[in-house]
Amino acid sequence: MGQVVGLHCRECAHAYAAEAIHVCEFCFGPLEVAYDQDAMRRTVTREAIADGPLNMWRYADLLPVSADSPVDLGTGLTPLILADRLAAEIGLGEVWVKDDTRNPTGSFKDRVVAVALTKARELGFKVAACASTGNLANSVAAHAARAGMESFVFVPHDLEAVKLITTAVFGGHLVAVEGSYDDVNRLCAELASEFACWAFVNVNFRPYYAEGSKTLAFEVAEQLGWQLPDHVVVPIASGSQLTKIDKGFRELFELGLVDRDHEVRISGAQAQGCSPVATAFASGADHVRPVKPATIAKSLAIGNPADGWYALEAVRRSGGAIAAVTDEEIIEGIRLLARTEGIFAETAGGVTVATLAKLATAGIVRPDERVVIYVTGNGLKTVEALASAVGPPATIPPTLEAVAELLDRDGNLREARR
Amino acid sequence: MSVTVRIPTQLRPLTGGAGELAVEAVTVREAIDVLDHDHPGMKARLLDEQGTLRRFVNLFVADEDVRFLQGLDTGLPAGTTLSIIPAVAGG
Repeated sequence: MGQVVGLHCRECAHAYAAEAIHVCEFCFGPLEVAYDQDAMRRTVTREAIADGPLNMWRYADLLPVSADSPVDLGTGLTPLILADRLAAEIGLGEVWVKDDTRNPTGSFKDRVVAVALTKARELGFKVAACASTGNLANSVAAHAARAGMESFVFVPHDLEAVKLITTAVFGGHLVAVEGSYDDVNRLCAELASEFACWAFVNVNFRPYYAEGSKTLAFEVAEQLGWQLPDHVVVPIASGSQLTKIDKGFRELFELGLVDRDHEVRISGAQAQGCSPVATAFASGADHVRPVKPATIAKSLAIGNPADGWYALEAVRRSGGAIAAVTDEEIIEGIRLLARTEGIFAETAGGVTVATLAKLATAGIVRPDERVVIYVTGNGLKTVEALASAVGPPATIPPTLEAVAELLDRDGNLREARR
Repeated sequence: MSVTVRIPTQLRPLTGGAGELAVEAVTVREAIDVLDHDHPGMKARLLDEQGTLRRFVNLFVADEDVRFLQGLDTGLPAGTTLSIIPAVAGG
C-alpha cells in the first residue's frame, strides 16, 4: 500500500481524512488521494515491483489500498502488443496496443473497481453501488459477488443487451433507469447523500476508484522496459482515465522509476455524438459545456464529464490533441483493429483507433513517435453495433464444386487458390 | 412561490443537517439569495467571486441541468424541485 497521508482537494488543497468522501465541502472540487512521496521514493523500486504478483497488485505500493486481502479477480498486466500491421495501414512507425479487453470482466473498469471495493471493505461497507454505462456495471457486480457484498447497479435503460445480461448474471440488483447516463449519474450523486452506508464506487469512493487507472500507465512503462512512450491515445468519457494515466506517468518519474527527457504527449478520443471535451479543445475554451449524447459508443456517452476539465488541461499541458469521430468511423476503427491485429474492441476501442488514424493523418501523432493506444473494452460487449456492418457468411452445399464456384464468383477469393 | 430545494451532504452543515428546504423564489438566482439569507455562506459555496455558478456545482430544475436552460435565470414554477448536486461523480 502507498503511504497515504489522506485526501486533499484538487482545487483548494483543503485536507481531509481518508474516508468515504469525494467532494470538497468548501469549493465542491474533487478530492484526491495524497501520498507521502518522499517516503515512497525510498521504498518503491523496480525490483520490488518485478517480484510482485503478475497482476495489477504488483503496483500496490503506488495505490491507496493494501494488497494483503484485495477484492480481486486477477485484473491487470494485460498484454502490450506491437501493432505493426495497424501502424503500416495508417502511416505510423511504432504503435503499441494496450489490450485491456483482457481483464476479468472485459474492460479496464476492473482496475478501478478492485481498488474501490478493496477500500470499501477496509472501511466496513457491505453494499457496493455505481452509476454505469455498462462496463462498470459488469465489473461492480462481479467484484461484489467475489467479495460477498450486496450490489446495486444503476444503468441507463437503453444499454446494449449484452451488458445487461453480463451484469445480471452475477446476482446483484440491476436497476435500469429511464434516462441517459447523465440522469443515472445525477440520481446516484443524490442517492449517495441519502444512502451513506452504500459504497458508490464512482461517487463517494471516487478518489480511490480513480487511482486504479494509474496502473494503465505503470504497466505500459514497465512493459516497455521502464521507458515512457512518446505519445498515448486515450478515450474520454468522464475524463478520469486520461487524467490518471497522465498522473501515473508523472508519478513514475517523480519516484525515480523512469527517466524522462520529454513529457508523454496525451491525446484524447471522443465520439462526435458526445464530444464536449473535444469541442472545448477545438475552441480553446476554458470550460467544458455539457451535451446530450447520441452515439453508438455508449460506454463513452457522458454528456457532462466530471473530469472533462482536467482531461483538457492534461492534453494541453502535454502537447497532445483531442479529436472526435463519427459512428461510421467508429465501426471502421473496430474493423481496422480486428483485421490488422486480431483484437476485437468494443465501440470505445473503435473511437480510439479511429481517432489515432485521424490524428496521424493530421500529422499530430507522428511516425517518429513511440505510440501507445489504450483499447479498454471487449468487442463482444457491443456486437449489436456491428450487426449491419459485417456481412453474413456465404452458405454453400458441402461439395468441392460449390467451393470452386464460390472462389470463381469472387475475384478476391480466386487469389486464395494459389 | 414555494419550491423545494434538495441539499447535498456537503452543504448540510450549513442547514443544520436538513436535506430538503422549502424556499420562496421565482428564479434559481433568487432561490440562492434566499438560501444564503437563511443559511449564511451558502452563496459562496455555489457561486464564484464573479457570481457565476462554480465549475463543480450542478443545479437541476425538475431534473434538467440549468446549464441547458437559462442558467441562474431559469424560472422556478411553484412546486418544482431545485437540486444542488456536486458535479464530480461518475465515469
